Amino acid sequence: MGDENLFEFLHFELVNYCVNDKRENEQTQSTKISQLEYVGFSTGYRLIERLTREMPRFKDELDTIKFICTDFWSSIFKKQVDNLRTNHQGIYVLQDNTFRFLRQISNTSQYLDLAPAHVVFTCGLIRGTLANLGINAIVTAEIVSMPSCKFHIQVKH
Amino acid sequence: MACSVAIISKDNSPLYVLAADIEKEIELQYCFHSALDIVEEKSNTANKNPDTRDLFLGLLYATELYKIYGYMTNTKIKFILIVDSLNSAFRENEIRAMFRSIHIEYVNYISNPFIIPNEQIFSKTFDRNIRNICKV
Repeated sequence: MGDENLFEFLHFELVNYCVNDKRENEQTQSTKISQLEYVGFSTGYRLIERLTREMPRFKDELDTIKFICTDFWSSIFKKQVDNLRTNHQGIYVLQDNTFRFLRQISNTSQYLDLAPAHVVFTCGLIRGTLANLGINAIVTAEIVSMPSCKFHIQVKH
Repeated sequence: MACSVAIISKDNSPLYVLAADIEKEIELQYCFHSALDIVEEKSNTANKNPDTRDLFLGLLYATELYKIYGYMTNTKIKFILIVDSLNSAFRENEIRAMFRSIHIEYVNYISNPFIIPNEQIFSKTFDRNIRNICKV
């Protein structure tokens, strides 16, 4: 049980390190956020090589997204995505009702404005994964009420 | 045992080439180039037939001197292996196991955070491990 929490602690510290970086004051909030996103991107880019080692080749885009929702999600968050929606034209919405990185934060609206910093790593992670699998996409997140989170994947053709 | 191994990036530029015999390198490079077209062909038609979704692409083609085998990862990194045609001791599952070991090596290599993806591979450890696998 201990090692499950370690990853959450590491992530909290990573967010803390990037967002509350006091060393250089000229960095704006958005550069800090995109730095964090980039860390996610390069992690995803490398990680996917390992995760797909035993997998057969993906049939199409939807097959790849399904892999993200099941195998990829459970290897990182120990659960699967709760809901996947698509318009079959390159927009996918992944909904996780108890997102691992938000689970430990109060579920009132008190910390809602701090929440984006805690999902941006995952956005980068998804984007990096897709990029290495040959899909160029924009990934954004939406948080309506606290432990649940929606990821919008917009594929660029 | 194997004559030569090449690792080719997504956009078909060579990341790593290992030739057992330096003098034959040009000749082997030519084989890699022609193999890439067949890899492309095989991986495209793979979509229609569920049996060919395997990462191992099998024998790509054979010349009088060499047999050329191919393997492509999910991330479109190609591994190409050239073995001597005369060396009939190789069975297909041995080749498959070799590719699998190369893939494991590659995954370990790319997990290094100091490595920039899609750049040529100069790592000594990687080179040594690949030489061990292919017994070059």
